[in-house]
Order: sequence, then structure tokens, then C-alpha cells
Amino acid sequence: MSANTPAIHGAPAHTAPTHSAPMHGHAPQADDGHAGEHPYGLAHQFDDVEQQKEAVTIGMWAFLATELMFFGGAIAGYVLYRNTYFHAFNKASGLENWFVGCINTCVLLVSSLTMAMAVFRAHQGDRKGIIKYLIVTMILGATFLGVKAYEYNHLFHERLVPGRNFDVPHHVINADGSIKAEAHAGDAGHGPPHFTPEERRPAMIFFSFYFALTGVHALHMIVGLGLLTWIIIRASKNEFRDGYSSPVEITGLYWHFVDIAWIFLYPLLYLIDRSGHVGH
Amino acid sequence: MSTLIITPTAIEPEENYLNAEHTVKSWLLTVDHKRIAVLYLISITFFFIIGGTMATFIRLELLTPQGDLMTAETYNKVFTMHGVFMIFFFLIPSIPATLGNFLVPMMIGARDLAFPRINLLSWYLYIIGGCLALGASIWGGVDTGWTFYTPFSSVYSQSNVVVALLGIFIAGFSSILTGLNFLVTIHKMRAPGLTWFKLPLFIWSHYATSVLMLLGTPVVAITLSLVILERTLGLGIFNPELGGDPVLFQHLFWFYSHPAVYIMILPGMGVISEIVACFSRKAPFGYSMIASASLAIAFLGFLVWGHHMFVTSQSVYAGLVFSFLSFLVAIPSAVKVFNWTATCWKGSVSLETPMLYAFGFIGLFTIGGLTGLFLASMANDIHLTDTYFVVAHFHYVMVGGMVLAYLAGLHFWWPKITGRMYPEWLGRFAAFCVFIGFNLTFFPQFLLGNLGMPRRYHAYPPEFQVLNVLSTAGATVLAVGFALPLFYLLWSLKWGKLAGNNPYNATGLEWQTTSPPTTFNFDSPPDTSDQPYPYHKREVPVER
Repeated sequence: MSANTPAIHGAPAHTAPTHSAPMHGHAPQADDGHAGEHPYGLAHQFDDVEQQKEAVTIGMWAFLATELMFFGGAIAGYVLYRNTYFHAFNKASGLENWFVGCINTCVLLVSSLTMAMAVFRAHQGDRKGIIKYLIVTMILGATFLGVKAYEYNHLFHERLVPGRNFDVPHHVINADGSIKAEAHAGDAGHGPPHFTPEERRPAMIFFSFYFALTGVHALHMIVGLGLLTWIIIRASKNEFRDGYSSPVEITGLYWHFVDIAWIFLYPLLYLIDRSGHVGH
Repeated sequence: MSTLIITPTAIEPEENYLNAEHTVKSWLLTVDHKRIAVLYLISITFFFIIGGTMATFIRLELLTPQGDLMTAETYNKVFTMHGVFMIFFFLIPSIPATLGNFLVPMMIGARDLAFPRINLLSWYLYIIGGCLALGASIWGGVDTGWTFYTPFSSVYSQSNVVVALLGIFIAGFSSILTGLNFLVTIHKMRAPGLTWFKLPLFIWSHYATSVLMLLGTPVVAITLSLVILERTLGLGIFNPELGGDPVLFQHLFWFYSHPAVYIMILPGMGVISEIVACFSRKAPFGYSMIASASLAIAFLGFLVWGHHMFVTSQSVYAGLVFSFLSFLVAIPSAVKVFNWTATCWKGSVSLETPMLYAFGFIGLFTIGGLTGLFLASMANDIHLTDTYFVVAHFHYVMVGGMVLAYLAGLHFWWPKITGRMYPEWLGRFAAFCVFIGFNLTFFPQFLLGNLGMPRRYHAYPPEFQVLNVLSTAGATVLAVGFALPLFYLLWSLKWGKLAGNNPYNATGLEWQTTSPPTTFNFDSPPDTSDQPYPYHKREVPVER
């Protein structure tokens, strides 16, 4: 890949590093009186707008590669235990509420759409459009987190949070091997699967991964909401104009990544045993 | 002896990055990559001194067979903190965060890194992480070894593991952000006309390092977070008592920590390539081979982590593959060593301080690398695992390789960073001290390991004493060698001779600007028309 396409460095006026270039970091100046000499939104270290835009975009993609490895490490561990404790993981995943997860998946997918719309509006320099779509995105993101909190709360009451109080539905076995009593039946009514004694500890490993992965994901959502707030504030000051929209774009990239991460987590954690033919 | 340092005729530029502003605030909130490099230089020196103090206690304890200086528990904490500080807070940031930060933008003719404020953020993350690790070692200490093997670290250790892990976790993000900045800068900020194969080899090795930082560090970040969660909340992922697999931790840990070895050594290789070329007055032999060897090391480095686990439950067949791949890494490493040697051939070699360190690097890295092959052979490794042979091997690579390269680079670019020359004879004397002290410290440890002395014990059978006394004696000489530059480099700031723009008549864009450079590096666009390393066009230094 060559960075030195004529489009980037072609204009000799911008290639000469000027000692007197103003230092204002990434934040563009609100007043922009001389666009010809110093393009709007250009930070001091860059030669021109195109170079800045490409650098910022590559930077975000490289960061997302880092994120991929971050989630990847935990998912690799999950896959290992998924193979080691196949049946226990099937049953444990059956304790999740797939329908609530499905609703959350839809919420996130729609939020990706509204995020994409906001980026589209940013390209057009439509201040109100950016703010409108980002607020919808934020509402959807907050909805996701609310539903997640509901799920966590439910799992807490079901004693499915790893730790000393963790327990899964199982039979208490007499000395002669007959079933004595049902311990911790869980929600009466929809009949949760019963775990054999060997499957009880692996079930906790499943929920360790469940909380680690969804917890890290939720943390990324919270960071995402913070970024969106920041973008909305900047948009309300009308900072995204004259072709300057990189912050909206890279925040969009981040948001889409967090959605995609969920698209992998949902089937891994909720759907591995929904066919009814495997396990038990 | 021929010498090539030119008596400076140039005077110090009136305004430069050091005197542009004077307030403490102007340093702590700077976004200038050169000032951030100086901040890093001060902070890693601080952590090097702490890690070095820990090493001193280790060597003093091992002077006698009995555990008479400290208890076994204290000894465990001392060697753990030695490892943690030296690896995570000195070696990993050493060359990239100081010399890399200073030189990457200058070598490619840019005003700054692509993201100056993220660069500053990375220094603050490093400082926060370092303070947490320091706090952990003061309040309670950590006794797990720098490898934090589970379930000891995640369940049983009574020491302050969580805070130390948090510190390393945060410092990891500093490393990721530095890598991110370098990667984008090298891709997008090169001066017009500076194509990939015109870049200095220093840049190539930092590019390879950035890729490792970006793709390796997050894996150890999630792994250490899981250990923290397991310790605080009682997850069972790495705890065999709860059905977890402690070897999984080792896989994830070494998936980062083996590439981390290349994060440490690759920038050093970049420094050596620059210095060998300059003091041989020749372009590096096989430029493109050295450049691609950096990328090959980075790539293969991700595929060899299993050679740390030959004695675990890892399958023998996996072990065979890991062994084979580990041998493959030797090829690009050897390519570099041969090419540096060939660069000297028929060159006009002069033995200034940086070149002395560079020669030291080539010899010691070769020993360190070749003993790595002993350890990559599975049968041999079973005999040598957890002995002093391993300790000697990685100190030959990390200290004999990386620290020597760091000192070489620090001396080589000191005139550019500060505008002053250090006293040459003291520099050479210190280089000899380091070389002799280093070998005396660590060569006996190869013998000790081969005789079966295990690492990480505070007491040992009396028959090992002679070699241990030699090692401690060597460490004393080494300490003198490390302390000297601290004094004469600081001395040179005030009393050193003015260096001038290019005291070695070296090629490379960083030598085209003033010493020290101005805030935006170049007052006029640097000349990028030449091929890399046009030493054949430079005048031959005068015999004095």
C-alpha cells in the first residue's frame, strides 16, 4: 500500500511543514476565516485533509483489530470448554432466555442502521440529521443495556452468577442411587434441564464465560454511549461541516464493531442447543 | 584508531523543542513526540533502577548457599517484582517509547506522530500502570513470578496480585496505543518521495513491532482480566478445582508473552542496523532481507508460544510442531546477524561507543539465540526447563541483546536528542564494563542450569556456590557499567561539547535537521531523493 499517492502529497503548498503551523490538536477551530491556507478541521501534524482522514480511519481499523484479539482470546477459551464439557454447556445455555437475547439482537441491529444514517448525514453536513439519528442510536443502545441489566438480575435470582452461591437445577442422589429430592428447581413451569453431578461445575464455567463476555461487551456499549454523547455535543456546535466528518465515521466503525461482536456472542451463548436433537 | 566524530562548527539552534517552553505544565501536557520521548526516557530509567535494585538483592542472596539475607517468601516477591518491572515497565517500552517516539516521525520527515494526544495518553497510562505495580510491590508484594501462572495467582497466592495485574493491564493499553500510533504514522505520514524501500531499517523494525503490540497485547489483557475476575469473584475458568484448565492460561499468556520477546528485541535490531551501517560507512548488506526478516520474525513469533509448555499436558504432536516453528524463527534472526557482519566487511569500521555496544549486541544476541534452539528441542528442554540455563538464555537476549541495543541507540542519538556529546572515553569504558560484567554474570548461569540448579529458589546446595559467586561478582561490574552512563549523560547536558547537526556524518533524515530539533522537526522539507544509506557518497572520515 502506498501512502504517497499524488492526491495526498500533490499540492506543494501543503507538503512543506511550516514551522509556524498552529498547534490545536484534533479539535478544529470554531472560527475558520482562511480555509484556503489552512483547511477546516486539519490538525497541525497533517499535510492535508485527505491524509488526516485516511490516517484516522486506518487508526480506527487497527484499533478494531486489537479489539478482535481482545474478544478472540476469551472466545478461544470458550470454544475449548465448549468441546471439553459439551453436554454441560448445552444445558447451561438452555438456562438463558433466548427470546430476550433475540430482542436485544434486533435492538442492536436497528441501532447499527441508525448509526449508518447518522454517518450519511454527517457526509452531507446535516447537523440536525446527525443529532437526530445519534439520539435514536443512543436510545437503542441504552435499551440494550437495560435489557441486559434485566437478564443479569434474573440470573442473579436464579443463583446462576458464578461464585459461592452458584447452583444449577440438579437431583440430590441417595446412597443407593435413587433420586432423593430436587434441589433448586429454578423457575417452576418451564422445566429447566437437570444437571448431573459432573455437569454442575462446568455449568459454572459456562456462566463465567457468559458474564465475562457479555460484561466486556456491555462495557464497550457504555464506552460507545459516551462517544455518541461527545459526538452529539460536537455536532450541536456545528463542528461537522465543510467535509469534516471523520469523528462521526470512526465512532460509527466502533459502534458497528460492538454490534458485530454481539452477533457472535448471541449464538455462542444462547443458541448452541436450540435444535432439540443434541445433548440431554 | 580512526574516529569519525566531527568537531562541531554548528552552534546550538536558538529555539528548539527543549527550550521552546519552560513550564512544568508545558512538559506534562505536551503533545510533541520528542518531549513525550523524554518523559518516557525519565520514567523507564526510574523503573530500570527499581528493577535493578531488585536484581541486586537477588544476586546478594545467591552469594551464599543458605537463605541468609531474606526469607523464601521475600525472595519470591523480589524476583517477581524484578521480572514485572524489567519486562512490562522497562523492556517493552524501552526503545519504541523513547527512541522510537523521538525518531519515527523524524526519520520519515513528519512533524509529529499521527495522533499526538493519544501519544501523551499512552504515557499517562504507562505512569498509572507503573504506579499501581509499584504500589502492589510496596503494599504486600507479589509472589507469583512475572508469569502469573494459575491457579496459584488466581486462587492461592496471599500477595497483592490484583493490583499488580491491574497495573500491567493498564500499561498494556499504553503499549497498544504506541503501536497504533507508529503503524498509522509509518503508513500515512511519510514525506513525499519516501517510498517503503527507502525507509530506514529502524522504521521497518518498528513497523513489525507495532503489529505485534496491536495483535498480541489485547490477548494478554483479556487473560489477565479473567485472572482478576477469577481472584475477586471466584470464576472457575483457570481453576482445576472448579473444572477449569490452568494450562489454558499458559496458552493465552504465552500467545502474548512470546511475541512480547520480539516486541523487545525487534526495535533493538533496528537500532543495530542503523549503527552498524554508520560506523562501517556502508549501506547495510541486504537491506531488503533485513527489512523482510523483521516482518518474518513478527509473523513467526505468533506461532511458537507452545515451546514454553513442553513439560505441561500439551500434546506431544503440538510440541513437535511448536519445536519446528521455533527453529524456523532462527532463520530470519540469523539473516540479520549475517547481514550486519557482512555490512562490516570491507567497511571503514570505527569503534565509537555506539559501535562497541552494537558489536556486543551481535555477539551476545547470537549466543542468546542459539541457546534458544537448545531449549526449542523438546528432549533437551525437559532437562533444562526451570533451570538457570533458561534464565541465562533469556538474559542473553534481553540484556545482552535488548539493553545493549538500547544503550547503543541512546549514545548514538544522544547528540540529536540533547545537542550535546558525552565524553567518548567514559562511554567506551562503560561499554567494556557492561560487556565484561554481563558475561561474568550470566555465562556461569548456563553452567549452573546445565548442572541442574533450578531457578526461583533463595537457597541452593553448596556445590553451586563458586559459579554463583562469579555471577554476583559479574553483576557488580555490570552495575558499574549501567551506573556510569546515568552520570556522564546527565553531566553532558551542561558540560558536554556541542554536537552540531550531524556529528557522525550519518545518513537518515533525522540528521538533516538541527540538534536538538525544533518543535516541528524540519524548518525546510527534508531531502528524500537519495536511496537509503548513501554512505558511499559521504566523505571518508579522516584518520586522527
